[in-house]
Amino acid sequence: MRYLPLTDTDRLDMLARIGVPDVDALFSDVPAGKLLTAPLDLPRAKGELEVERIMGRIAAKSIAASSVAFFVGAGAYKHHVPATVDHLIQRSEFLTSYTPYQPEIAQGTLQYLFEFQTQVAALTGMEVANASMYDGSTGTGEAVLMAHRVTKRRKALLSGGLHPHYAEVVKTLSEMASDEVVALKPDVAATEDILAQIDDETSCVVVQSPDVFGNLRDLAPIAAKAQAHGALLIAVVTEVVSLGAITSPGEMGADIVVGEGQSIGNALNFGGPYVGLFAAKSKYVRQMPGRLCGETVDADGQRGFVLTLSTREQHIRRDKATSNICTNSGLCVLAFTIHMTLLGQAGLSRLAEVNHANAVKLADMLAGLKGVTVLNESFFNEFTVKLSKPAAEVVEALAEKGVLAGVPVSRLLPGAGLDDLLIVANTEVNTDDDRDAFVARLREVL
Amino acid sequence: MLNRQGRPTQAGEAASEQHATFTGNKALQQIEPLIFEIGHHETTGVDIDAPAPFKSRLGKHARKDGIGLPGLSEPEAMRHYVRLSQKNYGIDTGLFPLGSCTMKHNARLNEKMARLPGFSDVHPLQPVSTVPGALDVMLQLSHYLMTLTGMPAVALSPKAGAHGEACGMMAIKAAIAAKGEGATRNVVLVPESAHGTNPATAALIGFSVKSVPARPDGTVAVEDVKALLGPEIAAIMLTNPNTCGIFEPQIVEIAAAMHEAGAYFYCDGANFNAIVGKAKPGDLGVDAMHINLHKTFSTPHGGGGPGAGPVVLSQRLAPYAPVPFIHIESGKPRLIENKDDAPAGNQPFGRMTAFHGQMGMYVRALAYMLSHGSDGMKQASEDAVLNANYIRAGLSDLMSLPFPDHPSMHEALFDDEWLKGTGVSTLDFAKAMIDEGYHPMTVYFPLVVHGAMLIEPTESESKASLDLFIATLRDLAMAAQGNDKTRFTAAPHHAPIRRLDETRAARQPVLKWVKPQPIAEAAE
Repeated sequence: MRYLPLTDTDRLDMLARIGVPDVDALFSDVPAGKLLTAPLDLPRAKGELEVERIMGRIAAKSIAASSVAFFVGAGAYKHHVPATVDHLIQRSEFLTSYTPYQPEIAQGTLQYLFEFQTQVAALTGMEVANASMYDGSTGTGEAVLMAHRVTKRRKALLSGGLHPHYAEVVKTLSEMASDEVVALKPDVAATEDILAQIDDETSCVVVQSPDVFGNLRDLAPIAAKAQAHGALLIAVVTEVVSLGAITSPGEMGADIVVGEGQSIGNALNFGGPYVGLFAAKSKYVRQMPGRLCGETVDADGQRGFVLTLSTREQHIRRDKATSNICTNSGLCVLAFTIHMTLLGQAGLSRLAEVNHANAVKLADMLAGLKGVTVLNESFFNEFTVKLSKPAAEVVEALAEKGVLAGVPVSRLLPGAGLDDLLIVANTEVNTDDDRDAFVARLREVL
Repeated sequence: MLNRQGRPTQAGEAASEQHATFTGNKALQQIEPLIFEIGHHETTGVDIDAPAPFKSRLGKHARKDGIGLPGLSEPEAMRHYVRLSQKNYGIDTGLFPLGSCTMKHNARLNEKMARLPGFSDVHPLQPVSTVPGALDVMLQLSHYLMTLTGMPAVALSPKAGAHGEACGMMAIKAAIAAKGEGATRNVVLVPESAHGTNPATAALIGFSVKSVPARPDGTVAVEDVKALLGPEIAAIMLTNPNTCGIFEPQIVEIAAAMHEAGAYFYCDGANFNAIVGKAKPGDLGVDAMHINLHKTFSTPHGGGGPGAGPVVLSQRLAPYAPVPFIHIESGKPRLIENKDDAPAGNQPFGRMTAFHGQMGMYVRALAYMLSHGSDGMKQASEDAVLNANYIRAGLSDLMSLPFPDHPSMHEALFDDEWLKGTGVSTLDFAKAMIDEGYHPMTVYFPLVVHGAMLIEPTESESKASLDLFIATLRDLAMAAQGNDKTRFTAAPHHAPIRRLDETRAARQPVLKWVKPQPIAEAAE
């Protein structure tokens, strides 16, 4: 077995040194009859070539985004990632290291975490950011719990523009902890009156912008009303590239910002691994979940970095911890921060501009089709269209014609009576040919 | 001696003299500033053409100011991150005996497979009809995990070990609620030796935590558990093999006692690497157990994630597994994404994450499983256990074992009894290991042992590597006991950076880079 260095002779020598007759003697604490004797009913070891063949065959069954005209978004986005990113994250010293428990030999990891925290704080317009969460949805759940700790209240108010799967994650966590959730009904046109729902029992208001339907939302009045009632505004961003073009949630007064960072540096990966961004006002830092990296000095007075404020965390505080989270999303953070460093603000704002331009172009083309209505007043790189046929059927029909047209709202919100709505994303990867194909095939189907 | 061009080919006379460098660099070890100190706001390492003029639809939301972040050109970025990488220790650098973390070899085949476009370039919400390969990976991985653990169901979506713990405990909470005992059965037993994530998870889900005392031999005794049982007890969270590196000898009796009392057995599977192919949690009475794919199944630790924490479930808990999951309907896989679509008999407790979990990690873990096969996985566990006991045998005359009565499983636990009176602490000893070229073991965990040192070599080490490690630790142990104190207390001496002031970091938190103010302005 190519991964196992011990030889049979080594094994015998080592057993002799330990002073046991065979390896099973080391398993003597396994209760009688529970030690397996027969091999499990699974295939035997395979060489690298054979594994490649098997995995290659499985991979070939799915349709990769790059091989078709691709417009699927709703929380995960197809972007171009520079080759440098994937090369660097595969360096052994990054790939095969662990949580920097020994900072003297983990300054590489710690410094990029510190740089990442600085980038996330700047992007979101917030004072502090942590070293990441698993993804945007789990980060949103943690943000709600954090708001409950800060306000000592237990009622979360969710906007109807919040990604339905994010809302489900929040509801699941809240139900388990017997906390209250008020979820507003799906708000396709961003017309809900969320201000009216905020009261003195509200712990936090969770609002996504761009929302799941693509609308851009003004967070400032919500922040003001929430804060006047002693509640926090949690802003959710599932398309972080948008922050290159639109006003940051921090500038609009958010208390906590949660983001899905997949769009920068990370592949689609069928939903994971991704990287959750988590930022807040600095007065709440001691209630934040997750790892934090901080600057300090070494014994010679040289600048260095360590994990810090760990008295919030599970390994110290156990059942009183701010979260049970142990890891962050290290390698996805690295991919994010490298891509972000390559972009800089100049590159990110250009990238955002191209995304927006492409989306506007597609929206205008689709708006000219019979049986299609674009519903958004404002949007970034994603918008919702109303079709003259059920969107799920249209998507299936277009998939057979080499166009992955978007996400039918019925997939996210079955039974909500929104079956004719389709969420369409358009990023820098989409060409004029892609858009032409989309429009032409859609015309055939409708 | 000179060659014909006059180029010296041997060191000169003063070769051993030490000089501080002008730059602060030490040859391959370079001082590397932060990107904010070397980059410029107008620089970018990505070339993107400006779009043709168009009418913006951003409305009043258009960003007015710059973000305030610098960019780097590609060569600058490459050098920055390569230099940072050289300040890191990884498994590929050397032995990484971090107990409870299973730092085994990360095969690059698995990286290559995860990057096949059919896995990495598929969207979680593209039509299900276009992703049969993704479903296939999930089904095959599930089959392996269920077979290896002897459990009838698995929830794949949890994103990491602690997230898996939450998933398993939520399933337990849902099952208790379904029996109408939600209001009364709300206490979870957690041994003192447990990972911090266990009590944190229980609390997160609204349980209160009661501690189970540790026995002097490092195990949990069934009578101690029974003494705590009552109608309010929901579950026990027990790690097996436990955090002291011992297989809990009374695990079957403990499981039976829990079940008899109407409670559940959550097993922390962090240490599953010791028993793959040797014992099945399903045979031991486990109701739920998370599996850290980044430990046992070698998906890279990546500087602290991403992990993956699928949870295997007993028949009693299987109906409560969260969405999404794959249901086989007349031989065909159907992806269930919404609670209301769940087939009869299923009552999903909710959703753990936006999408389908860590697909990138599923692929890597499956490639590991296919490569090892049932024979290789069993051999890996045996070798992991053998390696740990070999280290233990090589050190136990010099370093003290808190629990000598049980064989170690895949990790050997020492305490600091043997350091008493030397003025050297466990932390000092760990830092001296850094100077010798090793990543230290896990220190000060588990909490039930004073000055704990938890050594997990994994199966990836050769005998020669273990022999050198043992010899080095013996040299260090003798030095510690032989008055060579500053070798330890001032260590590390040779790392890229000296020992760091963690107290200062916590007291005056600096959590991001802030542009230094010119002195005149700062004084205002």
